[in-house]
Amino acid sequence: MSPGWPLWEVFVRARRGVNHVHFGSVHAADEETALQAARDLFTRRQEGVSIWVVRSSDVVASDPDDEDELFDPAEGKDYRFPTDYKLPAEVDHM
Amino acid sequence: MIRNQDQFDVVIEADQRIESDDWMPEDYRKTLIRQIAQHAHSEIIGMQPEGAWISRAPSLRRKSILTAKVQDEAGHGLYLYGAAETLGPDRSELLEMLHTKKQKYSSIFNYPTPTWADVGAIGWLVDGAAIMNQVPLCRCSYGPYGRAMVRVCKEESFHQRQGFQIMLTLAEGTEEQKVMAQEALNRWWWPSIMMFGPPDTESIHNARNMAWGIKRYTNDELRQNFVDASVPQAEVLGLTVPDPDLVWNEERGHYDYGEPDWEEFMQMVRGEGELPAERIRTRLDAHNEGAWVREAAEAYAAKRREVAA
Amino acid sequence: MTDTSVLNASLLNHVLRHGDRALVLAQRLGQWVAHSPELEEDMALANISLDLLGQARVLYTYAAAVEGLGHDEDHFAYWREPGEFRNPLIVEQPNGDFAHTIARQFLHDAYAVAHWEAMRSSTDDTLAALANRAAKETSFHLRHSRGWLVRLGDGTDESHRRMQAGLDAMWPFAAELAARDDEEPLRQSGVVPDSGVRFAFDAEMASAVAEATLTAPERVDVATSGGGWDGAHSEHLPILLDELQVLARAHPGATW
Repeated sequence: MSPGWPLWEVFVRARRGVNHVHFGSVHAADEETALQAARDLFTRRQEGVSIWVVRSSDVVASDPDDEDELFDPAEGKDYRFPTDYKLPAEVDHM
Repeated sequence: MIRNQDQFDVVIEADQRIESDDWMPEDYRKTLIRQIAQHAHSEIIGMQPEGAWISRAPSLRRKSILTAKVQDEAGHGLYLYGAAETLGPDRSELLEMLHTKKQKYSSIFNYPTPTWADVGAIGWLVDGAAIMNQVPLCRCSYGPYGRAMVRVCKEESFHQRQGFQIMLTLAEGTEEQKVMAQEALNRWWWPSIMMFGPPDTESIHNARNMAWGIKRYTNDELRQNFVDASVPQAEVLGLTVPDPDLVWNEERGHYDYGEPDWEEFMQMVRGEGELPAERIRTRLDAHNEGAWVREAAEAYAAKRREVAA
Repeated sequence: MTDTSVLNASLLNHVLRHGDRALVLAQRLGQWVAHSPELEEDMALANISLDLLGQARVLYTYAAAVEGLGHDEDHFAYWREPGEFRNPLIVEQPNGDFAHTIARQFLHDAYAVAHWEAMRSSTDDTLAALANRAAKETSFHLRHSRGWLVRLGDGTDESHRRMQAGLDAMWPFAAELAARDDEEPLRQSGVVPDSGVRFAFDAEMASAVAEATLTAPERVDVATSGGGWDGAHSEHLPILLDELQVLARAHPGATW
């Protein structure tokens, strides 16, 4: 017996001017039916104006075991944030 | 990234979320797979008792509403299967568990819908009880489940309202319609009360699931909320809740209510009888009769990939 | 009859034909919900059914206004006899297997897209406004049904055989769809623009059947009067309506 249709990740743009956001997943045999299924499942109440579908197996994810070396080095770099700069009161809204 | 029990405990303690690639205790994973899958199974089996009335809905507006509602249930099933799949098993494996009765669905759907008023009572009471159960699940410690539940809950409130509106229209209608509404309330009250599961004193998983942040309130707390919310609604309808022990307790600030028939509940959970067998058979027929369609779609997709390659 | 009343009678007839077409097909598709080959397909068929129900409701409400007897949308759905329904025969055909349903849906959608596209330029404001919406809805329906026609036709041996059988079964009812000669008064007044519906319909059928690696059955010539559009139905319609109307008719005068 067949294991069933492959899984697709669905990204929906809610309205013009905002990003596509991950909404969930659907099963479909091909990209056309994946798009149609995503439309039927996730935009019944006008939740979207554009849809992306990506085969779940094509998503490249960072290795959870690499989390420390990938993300911890961003710590302690306060100079990247405006709050790190104290200015005279006269120009406080810079 | 959570890699061990200690880190897991810290996240749970801080009421933060677990994600699919985190380490988690095997029991936590198993509990969630079972709970989410059974929740998904309930949604898709739940399509049957109400779906039976789509073809006979008494007005075009009601036909549209009911079609949209039953369709939402398929959608909720899909959101939930998707959440369960993040824990390992794929949908075909989960469906197999339903078809072979290794996993259950909510026993509420083992009751029949003999009249149109049952559609109203299901929306008002069963969906009302489901919402009580589900709103806290939006804050479930497992992220994908919580996010699926946010989507489900957003859509579910229309379900309860349309059910209440059916009941209200019937209660304000002809004598026959009023009787129909009262009889449906009589049929669905106790099963709805029992949807919250056994009393806290007998519920085996309550404490552990509360500690894990899978459950936020106990069965009895949720049941009390449901009774307190539903009794005044029945009064608005002018219908009588079929519980002679029901009385407002000034001291507690809650309604006191009678003891449900837990023996009946256990029979329903065990899925004994003709109707539960029919629910699974109907589901299985659709699945088996659809096999050639699913295979054809895969075969066509494979051919197209070959051509493209 | 005066010219106005002839036109009015033709308009009412036209509006009911299409309202009935949409309602009867919506009813058939509703029977698939919870029974389709995959959950995603339950969603799709329910969506199509809902779009068609919406079209039927607009058309029946308009029919009530044209008729002027104080009826509402539900009157036309629930309180007419089978002989008063004017839907084409194809939509009342039973669901059969999924391939039969897809064949029925594809032939219907190919016609409906051509019909609504043409109706966008109707001189009747209500119908033109509905056409603008319905053309979009039916385009998506056609994408779905044509996609499945091709996928099943060019899928496995079994699906090819079933899809061909479905097409063979539904084909005899296709010709009736675009064959109407009695709406001449509406054509002359521009209510029903004469803009090549039949041609567009035939072209869509031919290209999809070829892409699906299926064989188009022999062309069936049908009379341009009689048939479903004029209320001569198969035995399937009374059964379908019995179910659709049973509850409403058990409680005359009730509201729901």
